[in-house]
Amino acid sequence: MELTPLVISLQTAGLATVITFFSGIGLALLVLRMNRWQGLADALITLPLVLPPTVVGFFLLLFCGRRSALGTFLLQFDISLVFTWKAAVIAAVAVSLPLMYRTARGAFEQLDGNILNAARTLGVSEWRLIWHVLLPNARSGILAGVVLSFTRALGEFGATIMFAGNIPGVTQTMSTAIYAAVQANDYALAWRWTVIIGCFSLVFVLLLNWWQSRQPRGRGLWN
Amino acid sequence: MELTVQIVKKLRDFTLRADFSLHDEVMAVLGASGSGKSMTLKCIAGIETPDEGRIVLNGRTLFDSTQGINVRIQDRRVGYLFQDYALFPNMSVAENIAFVTPGGAAEKAQKVQEHLHRFKLADVKAAYPRELSGGQQQRAALARLLAAEPELVLLDEPLSALDTYLRWQLEQVLRETLAGRSAILVTHDRGEAYRLAGKIAVLAQGQLQQPRCRENLFQNPDTLAAALLTGCKNVSAAQKIDSQKIMALDWQLPLTVQSPVPDKIKYVGIRAHYMELGQAGQANTFTMEVVQVVEDVFSYLVMLRVPHTTGVALRWELPKPVWEKMGRPSLVEVYFPPNKLMIMEE
Repeated sequence: MELTPLVISLQTAGLATVITFFSGIGLALLVLRMNRWQGLADALITLPLVLPPTVVGFFLLLFCGRRSALGTFLLQFDISLVFTWKAAVIAAVAVSLPLMYRTARGAFEQLDGNILNAARTLGVSEWRLIWHVLLPNARSGILAGVVLSFTRALGEFGATIMFAGNIPGVTQTMSTAIYAAVQANDYALAWRWTVIIGCFSLVFVLLLNWWQSRQPRGRGLWN
Repeated sequence: MELTVQIVKKLRDFTLRADFSLHDEVMAVLGASGSGKSMTLKCIAGIETPDEGRIVLNGRTLFDSTQGINVRIQDRRVGYLFQDYALFPNMSVAENIAFVTPGGAAEKAQKVQEHLHRFKLADVKAAYPRELSGGQQQRAALARLLAAEPELVLLDEPLSALDTYLRWQLEQVLRETLAGRSAILVTHDRGEAYRLAGKIAVLAQGQLQQPRCRENLFQNPDTLAAALLTGCKNVSAAQKIDSQKIMALDWQLPLTVQSPVPDKIKYVGIRAHYMELGQAGQANTFTMEVVQVVEDVFSYLVMLRVPHTTGVALRWELPKPVWEKMGRPSLVEVYFPPNKLMIMEE
Protein backbone atom coordinates (compact mmCIF):
# COMPACT_ATOMS: atom_id res chain seq x y z
CA MET A 1 0.00 0.00 0.00
CA GLU A 2 1.33 3.40 -1.03
CA LEU A 3 1.69 5.49 2.18
CA THR A 4 2.27 8.94 0.59
CA PRO A 5 -1.34 10.13 1.27
CA LEU A 6 -0.73 9.50 4.99
CA VAL A 7 2.53 11.46 4.92
CA ILE A 8 0.97 14.30 2.91
CA SER A 9 -2.06 14.40 5.22
CA LEU A 10 0.07 14.58 8.36
CA GLN A 11 2.40 17.20 6.90
CA THR A 12 -0.45 19.33 5.58
CA ALA A 13 -2.50 19.11 8.76
CA GLY A 14 0.59 19.63 10.94
CA LEU A 15 1.74 22.77 9.16
CA ALA A 16 -1.83 24.06 8.89
CA THR A 17 -2.25 23.58 12.67
CA VAL A 18 0.90 25.58 13.42
CA ILE A 19 -0.38 28.45 11.26
CA THR A 20 -3.89 28.14 12.69
CA PHE A 21 -2.58 28.13 16.27
CA PHE A 22 -0.92 31.52 16.01
CA SER A 23 -3.42 33.20 13.71
CA GLY A 24 -6.44 31.81 15.61
CA ILE A 25 -5.15 33.08 18.97
CA GLY A 26 -4.07 36.37 17.40
CA LEU A 27 -7.47 36.89 15.78
CA ALA A 28 -9.27 35.97 19.02
CA LEU A 29 -7.27 38.58 20.95
CA LEU A 30 -7.79 41.13 18.19
CA VAL A 31 -11.56 40.63 17.91
CA LEU A 32 -12.01 40.70 21.72
CA ARG A 33 -10.34 44.11 21.79
CA MET A 34 -12.44 45.56 18.98
CA ASN A 35 -14.91 48.21 20.03
CA ARG A 36 -16.79 48.31 16.75
CA TRP A 37 -17.48 45.79 14.00
CA GLN A 38 -16.80 42.97 16.43
CA GLY A 39 -19.81 41.00 15.27
CA LEU A 40 -18.90 41.40 11.59
CA ALA A 41 -15.27 40.40 12.11
CA ASP A 42 -16.38 37.38 14.11
CA ALA A 43 -18.85 36.35 11.42
CA LEU A 44 -16.28 36.63 8.64
CA ILE A 45 -13.76 34.46 10.49
CA THR A 46 -16.43 31.91 11.41
CA LEU A 47 -17.92 31.72 7.91
CA PRO A 48 -15.66 28.90 6.55
CA LEU A 49 -16.95 26.71 9.40
CA VAL A 50 -20.54 26.89 8.20
CA LEU A 51 -20.12 27.33 4.45
CA PRO A 52 -19.91 24.22 2.22
CA PRO A 53 -16.19 23.38 1.78
CA THR A 54 -16.73 23.65 -1.98
CA VAL A 55 -17.61 27.31 -1.53
CA VAL A 56 -14.41 27.85 0.44
CA GLY A 57 -12.48 26.08 -2.32
CA PHE A 58 -14.18 28.19 -4.96
CA PHE A 59 -13.28 31.42 -3.13
CA LEU A 60 -9.70 30.25 -2.72
CA LEU A 61 -9.52 29.62 -6.46
CA LEU A 62 -10.96 33.06 -7.14
CA PHE A 63 -8.59 34.90 -4.80
CA CYS A 64 -5.42 32.82 -5.10
CA GLY A 65 -5.82 31.30 -8.57
CA ARG A 66 -3.51 32.05 -11.48
CA ARG A 67 -5.78 34.76 -12.85
CA SER A 68 -6.37 36.54 -9.54
CA ALA A 69 -4.41 39.62 -8.49
CA LEU A 70 -2.47 37.59 -5.93
CA GLY A 71 -1.86 34.79 -8.45
CA THR A 72 -0.43 37.12 -11.11
CA PHE A 73 1.71 38.83 -8.50
CA LEU A 74 3.12 35.51 -7.27
CA LEU A 75 3.70 34.31 -10.84
CA GLN A 76 6.30 37.07 -11.25
CA PHE A 77 8.37 35.15 -8.70
CA ASP A 78 7.54 31.84 -10.39
CA ILE A 79 5.28 30.84 -7.54
CA SER A 80 2.02 29.12 -8.29
CA LEU A 81 -0.33 27.95 -5.54
CA VAL A 82 -3.12 26.06 -7.28
CA PHE A 83 -2.73 22.27 -7.35
CA THR A 84 0.37 22.34 -5.15
CA TRP A 85 1.11 21.11 -1.67
CA LYS A 86 0.94 24.73 -0.46
CA ALA A 87 -2.63 24.96 -1.70
CA ALA A 88 -3.56 21.94 0.41
CA VAL A 89 -2.14 23.71 3.47
CA ILE A 90 -4.01 26.93 2.67
CA ALA A 91 -7.28 25.02 2.23
CA ALA A 92 -6.73 23.23 5.54
CA VAL A 93 -5.99 26.53 7.30
CA ALA A 94 -9.11 28.16 5.88
CA VAL A 95 -11.45 25.49 7.23
CA SER A 96 -9.71 24.85 10.58
CA LEU A 97 -9.03 28.49 11.56
CA PRO A 98 -12.62 29.15 12.74
CA LEU A 99 -12.37 26.23 15.19
CA MET A 100 -9.13 27.50 16.71
CA TYR A 101 -10.41 31.07 16.77
CA ARG A 102 -13.71 30.20 18.44
CA THR A 103 -12.29 27.87 21.09
CA ALA A 104 -9.49 30.32 21.94
CA ARG A 105 -11.94 33.21 22.14
CA GLY A 106 -14.27 31.19 24.37
CA ALA A 107 -11.37 30.28 26.64
CA PHE A 108 -10.27 33.92 26.92
CA GLU A 109 -13.81 35.08 27.64
CA GLN A 110 -14.07 32.58 30.50
CA LEU A 111 -11.21 34.28 32.32
CA ASP A 112 -12.05 36.67 35.12
CA GLY A 113 -11.62 40.18 33.76
CA ASN A 114 -10.63 41.36 37.25
CA ILE A 115 -7.49 39.23 37.05
CA LEU A 116 -6.40 41.02 33.89
CA ASN A 117 -7.25 44.48 35.24
CA ALA A 118 -5.57 43.77 38.58
CA ALA A 119 -2.40 42.83 36.69
CA ARG A 120 -2.61 46.00 34.61
CA THR A 121 -2.95 48.27 37.65
CA LEU A 122 0.17 46.59 39.06
CA GLY A 123 2.12 47.59 35.96
CA VAL A 124 2.09 44.32 33.97
CA SER A 125 2.44 45.07 30.23
CA GLU A 126 -0.06 43.70 27.70
CA TRP A 127 2.47 41.28 26.19
CA ARG A 128 3.50 39.81 29.56
CA LEU A 129 -0.18 39.61 30.42
CA ILE A 130 -0.96 37.61 27.27
CA TRP A 131 2.06 35.33 27.61
CA HIS A 132 2.08 34.68 31.36
CA VAL A 133 -1.53 35.10 32.43
CA LEU A 134 -3.95 34.86 29.53
CA LEU A 135 -2.45 31.90 27.65
CA PRO A 136 -1.54 29.70 30.66
CA ASN A 137 -4.99 30.14 32.19
CA ALA A 138 -6.70 29.40 28.88
CA ARG A 139 -4.47 26.43 28.02
CA SER A 140 -7.21 23.87 28.36
CA GLY A 141 -9.40 25.63 25.82
CA ILE A 142 -6.48 26.38 23.55
CA LEU A 143 -5.41 22.73 23.50
CA ALA A 144 -8.96 21.76 22.60
CA GLY A 145 -8.74 24.24 19.73
CA VAL A 146 -5.46 22.73 18.55
CA VAL A 147 -6.85 19.18 18.55
CA LEU A 148 -10.07 20.20 16.83
CA SER A 149 -8.15 22.18 14.20
CA PHE A 150 -5.71 19.36 13.59
CA THR A 151 -8.38 16.69 13.22
CA ARG A 152 -10.45 19.00 11.04
CA ALA A 153 -7.41 19.71 8.84
CA LEU A 154 -6.68 15.99 8.68
CA GLY A 155 -10.19 15.29 7.44
CA GLU A 156 -10.38 18.22 5.03
CA PHE A 157 -11.73 17.24 1.62
CA GLY A 158 -13.94 19.67 -0.28
CA ALA A 159 -11.81 22.82 -0.34
CA THR A 160 -8.66 20.74 -0.85
CA ILE A 161 -9.92 18.87 -3.90
CA MET A 162 -11.07 22.12 -5.53
CA PHE A 163 -8.01 24.21 -4.73
CA ALA A 164 -5.19 21.66 -4.47
CA GLY A 165 -6.63 18.86 -6.57
CA ASN A 166 -6.07 15.17 -6.08
CA ILE A 167 -2.64 14.56 -7.55
CA PRO A 168 -1.14 11.32 -6.23
CA GLY A 169 2.21 11.92 -4.57
CA VAL A 170 1.68 15.71 -4.53
CA THR A 171 -1.68 16.77 -3.11
CA GLN A 172 -3.48 13.49 -2.57
CA THR A 173 -4.31 13.29 1.15
CA MET A 174 -6.01 10.40 2.92
CA SER A 175 -9.45 11.92 2.47
CA THR A 176 -9.00 12.54 -1.25
CA ALA A 177 -7.41 9.07 -1.59
CA ILE A 178 -10.63 7.55 -0.19
CA TYR A 179 -12.61 9.44 -2.82
CA ALA A 180 -10.25 8.29 -5.58
CA ALA A 181 -10.38 4.68 -4.34
CA VAL A 182 -14.18 4.64 -4.32
CA GLN A 183 -14.23 6.19 -7.80
CA ALA A 184 -11.90 3.41 -8.95
CA ASN A 185 -14.11 0.80 -7.24
CA ASP A 186 -11.21 -0.17 -4.94
CA TYR A 187 -13.29 -0.62 -1.76
CA ALA A 188 -10.51 -2.44 0.07
CA LEU A 189 -8.20 0.57 -0.24
CA ALA A 190 -11.01 2.96 0.74
CA TRP A 191 -11.60 0.83 3.85
CA ARG A 192 -7.92 0.91 4.81
CA TRP A 193 -7.73 4.71 4.62
CA THR A 194 -11.02 5.07 6.44
CA VAL A 195 -9.72 2.95 9.34
CA ILE A 196 -6.41 4.83 9.47
CA ILE A 197 -7.97 8.31 9.46
CA GLY A 198 -10.61 7.18 11.98
CA CYS A 199 -7.94 5.84 14.34
CA PHE A 200 -5.82 8.97 14.10
CA SER A 201 -8.73 11.28 14.84
CA LEU A 202 -10.03 9.10 17.70
CA VAL A 203 -6.61 8.92 19.34
CA PHE A 204 -6.15 12.69 19.22
CA VAL A 205 -9.55 13.45 20.70
CA LEU A 206 -9.04 10.79 23.41
CA LEU A 207 -5.67 12.32 24.27
CA LEU A 208 -7.32 15.71 24.58
CA ASN A 209 -10.01 14.36 26.91
CA TRP A 210 -7.44 12.56 29.04
CA TRP A 211 -5.32 15.70 29.32
CA GLN A 212 -8.29 17.90 30.16
CA SER A 213 -9.51 15.49 32.87
CA ARG A 214 -6.15 15.94 34.62
CA GLN A 215 -6.48 19.71 34.75
CA PRO A 216 -7.32 21.11 38.18
CA ARG A 217 -10.58 23.00 38.22
CA GLY A 218 -13.34 24.14 40.47
CA ARG A 219 -16.47 22.17 41.15
CA GLY A 220 -18.10 21.70 37.79
CA LEU A 221 -21.73 22.03 36.97
CA TRP A 222 -21.97 18.37 35.93
CA ASN A 223 -19.87 16.54 38.48
CA MET B 1 0.94 61.82 47.92
CA GLU B 2 -1.48 64.24 46.43
CA LEU B 3 -4.50 63.28 44.36
CA THR B 4 -7.06 65.53 42.71
CA VAL B 5 -10.12 64.02 41.09
CA GLN B 6 -12.81 65.87 39.15
CA ILE B 7 -14.79 63.49 37.01
CA VAL B 8 -18.18 63.05 35.40
CA LYS B 9 -19.33 59.73 33.97
CA LYS B 10 -22.75 58.99 32.61
CA LEU B 11 -23.99 55.58 33.71
CA ARG B 12 -27.17 53.81 32.72
CA ASP B 13 -29.31 54.96 35.64
CA PHE B 14 -27.54 58.10 36.81
CA THR B 15 -24.57 60.37 36.22
CA LEU B 16 -21.60 59.88 38.49
CA ARG B 17 -19.88 63.02 39.71
CA ALA B 18 -16.82 63.17 41.95
CA ASP B 19 -14.77 66.19 42.93
CA PHE B 20 -12.29 65.80 45.76
CA SER B 21 -8.64 65.83 46.67
CA LEU B 22 -6.59 63.67 48.99
CA HIS B 23 -3.27 64.32 50.76
CA ASP B 24 -1.38 61.47 52.43
CA GLU B 25 -4.39 59.89 54.07
CA VAL B 26 -6.85 57.06 53.94
CA MET B 27 -10.28 58.01 52.67
CA ALA B 28 -13.37 55.84 52.68
CA VAL B 29 -16.17 56.12 50.15
CA LEU B 30 -19.40 55.10 51.82
CA GLY B 31 -22.30 54.23 49.58
CA ALA B 32 -25.06 51.70 48.99
CA SER B 33 -24.48 48.92 46.50
CA GLY B 34 -24.91 50.11 42.93
CA SER B 35 -24.20 53.72 43.90
CA GLY B 36 -21.13 53.94 41.66
CA LYS B 37 -18.43 53.39 44.31
CA SER B 38 -16.45 50.83 42.31
CA MET B 39 -16.91 52.88 39.14
CA THR B 40 -15.25 55.85 40.86
CA LEU B 41 -12.23 53.71 41.75
CA LYS B 42 -12.11 52.19 38.26
CA CYS B 43 -12.00 55.66 36.70
CA ILE B 44 -9.04 56.60 38.91
CA ALA B 45 -7.22 53.35 38.08
CA GLY B 46 -7.90 53.81 34.36
CA ILE B 47 -10.01 50.66 33.98
CA GLU B 48 -12.96 52.85 33.05
CA THR B 49 -12.78 56.18 31.24
CA PRO B 50 -14.73 59.16 32.58
CA ASP B 51 -16.72 61.26 30.11
CA GLU B 52 -15.25 64.50 31.37
CA GLY B 53 -12.83 65.76 33.94
CA ARG B 54 -9.33 65.55 35.23
CA ILE B 55 -7.31 63.24 37.48
CA VAL B 56 -3.91 64.33 38.78
CA LEU B 57 -1.67 62.16 40.96
CA ASN B 58 1.49 63.69 42.47
CA GLY B 59 1.65 66.31 39.72
CA ARG B 60 1.20 63.75 36.92
CA THR B 61 -1.96 64.22 34.88
CA LEU B 62 -3.49 60.76 34.51
CA PHE B 63 -6.61 61.92 32.73
CA ASP B 64 -7.72 65.19 31.22
CA SER B 65 -10.65 65.24 28.83
CA THR B 66 -9.94 68.75 27.52
CA GLN B 67 -6.28 67.98 26.75
CA GLY B 68 -7.05 64.47 25.53
CA ILE B 69 -4.79 62.83 28.11
CA ASN B 70 -5.60 59.27 29.21
CA VAL B 71 -2.58 57.50 30.71
CA ARG B 72 -2.52 53.70 30.33
CA ILE B 73 -3.53 51.66 33.38
CA GLN B 74 -0.01 50.22 33.57
CA ASP B 75 1.63 53.64 33.78
CA ARG B 76 -0.65 55.16 36.43
CA ARG B 77 0.97 53.49 39.45
CA VAL B 78 -2.44 53.12 41.07
CA GLY B 79 -2.83 49.65 42.60
CA TYR B 80 -6.32 48.15 42.72
CA LEU B 81 -7.38 45.48 45.19
CA PHE B 82 -10.44 43.65 43.90
CA GLN B 83 -13.12 42.24 46.15
CA ASP B 84 -12.34 38.69 44.93
CA TYR B 85 -8.57 39.41 45.14
CA ALA B 86 -7.96 38.41 41.49
CA LEU B 87 -4.78 36.42 42.13
CA PHE B 88 -3.21 34.74 39.10
CA PRO B 89 -4.52 31.14 39.29
CA ASN B 90 -1.57 29.71 37.36
CA MET B 91 1.07 31.07 39.74
CA SER B 92 2.06 30.21 43.29
CA VAL B 93 1.89 32.87 46.01
CA ALA B 94 5.60 33.69 45.59
CA GLU B 95 5.23 33.83 41.80
CA ASN B 96 2.18 36.08 42.09
CA ILE B 97 4.26 38.55 44.10
CA ALA B 98 7.41 38.21 41.99
CA PHE B 99 5.46 38.76 38.76
CA VAL B 100 4.68 42.39 39.65
CA THR B 101 7.81 43.25 41.69
CA PRO B 102 10.09 45.66 39.86
CA GLY B 103 13.90 45.37 39.89
CA GLY B 104 16.67 42.94 38.93
CA ALA B 105 16.64 39.24 39.82
CA ALA B 106 18.50 39.48 43.14
CA GLU B 107 16.67 42.60 44.28
CA LYS B 108 13.37 41.05 43.26
CA ALA B 109 14.02 37.81 45.16
CA GLN B 110 14.82 39.77 48.29
CA LYS B 111 11.72 41.94 48.01
CA VAL B 112 9.54 38.87 47.50
CA GLN B 113 10.99 37.29 50.67
CA GLU B 114 10.28 40.48 52.60
CA HIS B 115 6.68 40.59 51.49
CA LEU B 116 6.15 36.89 52.18
CA HIS B 117 7.37 37.40 55.74
CA ARG B 118 5.56 40.63 56.33
CA PHE B 119 2.23 39.05 55.39
CA LYS B 120 2.96 35.71 57.10
CA LEU B 121 2.88 33.86 53.80
CA ALA B 122 6.26 32.11 54.00
CA ASP B 123 4.61 28.75 54.76
CA VAL B 124 2.30 28.90 51.76
CA LYS B 125 4.64 30.55 49.27
CA ALA B 126 4.56 27.52 46.96
CA ALA B 127 0.78 27.08 47.18
CA TYR B 128 -1.59 28.10 44.38
CA PRO B 129 -4.46 30.53 45.01
CA ARG B 130 -7.13 27.79 44.89
CA GLU B 131 -5.32 26.03 47.77
CA LEU B 132 -5.43 29.09 50.05
CA SER B 133 -8.02 30.07 52.63
CA GLY B 134 -9.92 33.33 52.19
CA GLY B 135 -7.64 35.08 54.67
CA GLN B 136 -4.47 33.83 53.01
CA GLN B 137 -5.81 34.93 49.63
CA GLN B 138 -6.41 38.42 50.96
CA ARG B 139 -2.91 38.62 52.49
CA ALA B 140 -1.40 37.36 49.24
CA ALA B 141 -3.33 39.97 47.29
CA LEU B 142 -2.19 42.72 49.68
CA ALA B 143 1.43 41.52 49.46
CA ARG B 144 1.22 41.51 45.66
CA LEU B 145 -0.37 44.97 45.67
CA LEU B 146 2.40 46.51 47.79
CA ALA B 147 5.14 44.63 45.89
CA ALA B 148 4.21 46.60 42.77
CA GLU B 149 5.05 49.78 44.72
CA PRO B 150 2.01 51.86 43.72
CA GLU B 151 1.76 55.54 44.61
CA LEU B 152 -1.89 55.16 45.51
CA VAL B 153 -3.86 52.15 46.69
CA LEU B 154 -7.53 51.55 45.86
CA LEU B 155 -9.48 48.95 47.84
CA ASP B 156 -12.81 47.76 46.49
CA GLU B 157 -14.89 46.26 49.34
CA PRO B 158 -11.82 44.36 50.55
CA LEU B 159 -13.62 42.58 53.41
CA SER B 160 -17.07 41.82 52.05
CA ALA B 161 -16.15 38.40 50.66
CA LEU B 162 -15.33 37.14 54.17
CA ASP B 163 -17.42 35.88 57.06
CA THR B 164 -17.69 37.93 60.25
CA TYR B 165 -14.97 36.23 62.30
CA LEU B 166 -12.34 36.29 59.58
CA ARG B 167 -13.38 39.79 58.66
CA TRP B 168 -12.29 41.23 61.97
CA GLN B 169 -8.89 39.54 61.78
CA LEU B 170 -8.30 40.78 58.25
CA GLU B 171 -9.42 44.25 59.15
CA GLN B 172 -6.43 44.32 61.53
CA VAL B 173 -4.10 43.25 58.71
CA LEU B 174 -5.62 45.92 56.51
CA ARG B 175 -5.24 48.61 59.17
CA GLU B 176 -1.54 47.79 59.64
CA THR B 177 -1.03 47.74 55.88
CA LEU B 178 -2.69 51.10 55.35
CA ALA B 179 -0.86 52.89 58.17
CA GLY B 180 1.11 55.77 56.69
CA ARG B 181 -0.17 55.10 53.16
CA SER B 182 -2.50 56.87 50.79
CA ALA B 183 -5.54 54.88 49.95
CA ILE B 184 -9.16 55.04 48.95
CA LEU B 185 -11.37 52.38 50.47
CA VAL B 186 -14.81 51.67 49.14
CA THR B 187 -17.34 50.09 51.48
CA HIS B 188 -21.00 49.97 52.43
CA ASP B 189 -20.16 49.23 56.07
CA ARG B 190 -20.12 52.39 58.20
CA GLY B 191 -18.10 50.69 60.97
CA GLU B 192 -15.43 49.55 58.55
CA ALA B 193 -15.23 53.04 57.06
CA TYR B 194 -14.92 54.65 60.51
CA ARG B 195 -12.31 52.23 61.81
CA LEU B 196 -10.09 52.25 58.73
CA ALA B 197 -10.26 55.78 57.35
CA GLY B 198 -9.67 59.24 58.73
CA LYS B 199 -11.89 60.87 56.15
CA ILE B 200 -15.16 59.65 54.74
CA ALA B 201 -17.03 60.75 51.64
CA VAL B 202 -20.63 59.73 51.09
CA LEU B 203 -21.75 58.69 47.61
CA ALA B 204 -25.47 59.02 46.88
CA GLN B 205 -27.51 59.62 43.73
CA GLY B 206 -24.29 59.58 41.76
CA GLN B 207 -22.82 62.52 43.65
CA LEU B 208 -19.70 61.99 45.74
CA GLN B 209 -20.05 64.49 48.59
CA GLN B 210 -17.03 66.31 49.99
CA PRO B 211 -14.86 64.03 52.16
CA ARG B 212 -15.29 64.92 55.81
CA CYS B 213 -13.44 64.15 58.98
CA ARG B 214 -15.05 60.93 60.28
CA GLU B 215 -16.05 62.22 63.75
CA ASN B 216 -17.64 65.26 62.20
CA LEU B 217 -19.56 63.23 59.62
CA PHE B 218 -20.99 60.84 62.20
CA GLN B 219 -21.92 63.61 64.66
CA ASN B 220 -23.45 65.88 62.12
CA PRO B 221 -24.32 64.22 58.82
CA ASP B 222 -25.70 67.22 56.97
CA THR B 223 -27.51 65.29 54.25
CA LEU B 224 -30.18 62.61 54.36
CA ALA B 225 -27.92 60.18 52.46
CA ALA B 226 -25.09 60.73 54.94
CA ALA B 227 -27.43 60.23 57.89
CA LEU B 228 -28.77 56.96 56.50
CA LEU B 229 -25.35 55.64 55.42
CA THR B 230 -23.82 56.44 58.80
CA GLY B 231 -26.54 54.29 60.29
CA CYS B 232 -29.09 56.79 61.59
CA LYS B 233 -32.29 54.77 62.05
CA ASN B 234 -34.72 57.64 62.68
CA VAL B 235 -35.26 60.31 60.06
CA SER B 236 -38.31 62.50 59.58
CA ALA B 237 -39.23 65.30 57.22
CA ALA B 238 -39.13 68.59 59.15
CA GLN B 239 -40.43 72.15 59.00
CA LYS B 240 -39.15 75.26 60.76
CA ILE B 241 -41.41 76.73 63.45
CA ASP B 242 -39.05 79.33 64.87
CA SER B 243 -35.30 79.72 65.41
CA GLN B 244 -35.18 76.92 68.01
CA LYS B 245 -38.26 74.86 67.19
CA ILE B 246 -39.13 72.50 64.38
CA MET B 247 -42.01 70.22 63.52
CA ALA B 248 -40.97 66.64 62.75
CA LEU B 249 -43.71 65.86 60.25
CA ASP B 250 -43.37 62.07 59.98
CA TRP B 251 -43.14 61.59 63.75
CA GLN B 252 -45.71 64.34 64.50
CA LEU B 253 -43.48 65.82 67.19
CA PRO B 254 -42.70 69.52 67.84
CA LEU B 255 -39.02 69.43 68.81
CA THR B 256 -36.58 71.93 70.29
CA VAL B 257 -33.15 71.85 68.72
CA GLN B 258 -29.85 73.32 69.83
CA SER B 259 -28.45 75.35 66.94
CA PRO B 260 -30.48 78.01 65.12
CA VAL B 261 -32.84 76.31 62.69
CA PRO B 262 -31.92 77.02 59.05
CA ASP B 263 -34.76 78.20 56.80
CA LYS B 264 -34.12 75.41 54.33
CA ILE B 265 -34.42 72.59 56.87
CA LYS B 266 -35.73 69.42 55.22
CA TYR B 267 -35.09 66.55 57.61
CA VAL B 268 -34.37 65.87 61.25
CA GLY B 269 -32.78 62.69 62.57
CA ILE B 270 -31.80 61.03 65.83
CA ARG B 271 -29.74 57.90 66.36
CA ALA B 272 -31.62 55.04 68.03
CA HIS B 273 -29.40 54.96 71.12
CA TYR B 274 -29.40 58.73 71.71
CA MET B 275 -33.01 58.94 72.92
CA GLU B 276 -33.36 58.94 76.70
CA LEU B 277 -35.91 58.07 79.34
CA GLY B 278 -37.43 61.37 80.47
CA GLN B 279 -39.88 62.73 83.01
CA ALA B 280 -43.31 64.12 82.22
CA GLY B 281 -43.30 67.89 81.96
CA GLN B 282 -39.61 68.11 81.13
CA ALA B 283 -38.70 70.05 77.98
CA ASN B 284 -38.49 68.08 74.72
CA THR B 285 -40.05 65.08 76.44
CA PHE B 286 -43.08 63.34 75.01
CA THR B 287 -45.35 60.53 76.03
CA MET B 288 -44.92 57.77 73.45
CA GLU B 289 -46.83 54.59 72.85
CA VAL B 290 -44.84 51.34 72.61
CA VAL B 291 -45.85 49.84 69.28
CA GLN B 292 -43.52 46.88 69.17
CA VAL B 293 -40.52 45.50 71.05
CA VAL B 294 -37.86 43.52 69.21
CA GLU B 295 -35.23 41.66 71.19
CA ASP B 296 -31.75 42.03 69.72
CA VAL B 297 -28.53 40.33 70.85
CA PHE B 298 -27.53 42.82 73.56
CA SER B 299 -30.36 45.32 73.48
CA TYR B 300 -34.05 45.87 72.97
CA LEU B 301 -35.31 47.76 69.95
CA VAL B 302 -38.44 49.57 71.07
CA MET B 303 -40.67 51.06 68.38
CA LEU B 304 -42.43 54.23 69.59
CA ARG B 305 -45.20 56.43 68.25
CA VAL B 306 -47.09 59.47 69.47
CA PRO B 307 -50.35 57.95 70.88
CA HIS B 308 -53.47 58.08 68.72
CA THR B 309 -51.63 59.26 65.61
CA THR B 310 -50.56 57.69 62.36
CA GLY B 311 -47.04 59.01 62.81
CA VAL B 312 -44.02 57.00 61.68
CA ALA B 313 -42.66 54.91 64.56
CA LEU B 314 -39.25 55.79 66.00
CA ARG B 315 -36.71 53.16 66.87
CA TRP B 316 -35.23 53.38 70.36
CA GLU B 317 -32.35 51.08 71.22
CA LEU B 318 -31.61 50.48 74.89
CA PRO B 319 -29.62 47.98 76.93
CA LYS B 320 -31.57 44.91 78.01
CA PRO B 321 -31.34 45.48 81.79
CA VAL B 322 -32.59 49.06 81.42
CA TRP B 323 -35.73 48.04 79.52
CA GLU B 324 -36.37 45.11 81.83
CA LYS B 325 -36.05 47.37 84.92
CA MET B 326 -38.61 49.74 83.41
CA GLY B 327 -41.14 46.87 83.62
CA ARG B 328 -41.99 46.77 79.89
CA PRO B 329 -44.47 49.68 79.96
CA SER B 330 -46.95 50.39 77.18
CA LEU B 331 -46.42 54.15 77.45
CA VAL B 332 -43.05 55.85 78.06
CA GLU B 333 -41.78 59.38 78.53
CA VAL B 334 -39.02 59.91 75.95
CA TYR B 335 -36.53 62.76 76.04
CA PHE B 336 -34.97 64.00 72.79
CA PRO B 337 -31.64 65.71 73.72
CA PRO B 338 -31.50 68.86 71.53
CA ASN B 339 -27.76 68.45 70.90
CA LYS B 340 -28.35 64.96 69.49
CA LEU B 341 -30.95 66.02 66.95
CA MET B 342 -29.35 66.19 63.51
CA ILE B 343 -30.60 68.83 61.09
CA MET B 344 -30.38 68.16 57.36
CA GLU B 345 -30.93 70.68 54.58
CA GLU B 346 -30.87 68.12 51.74
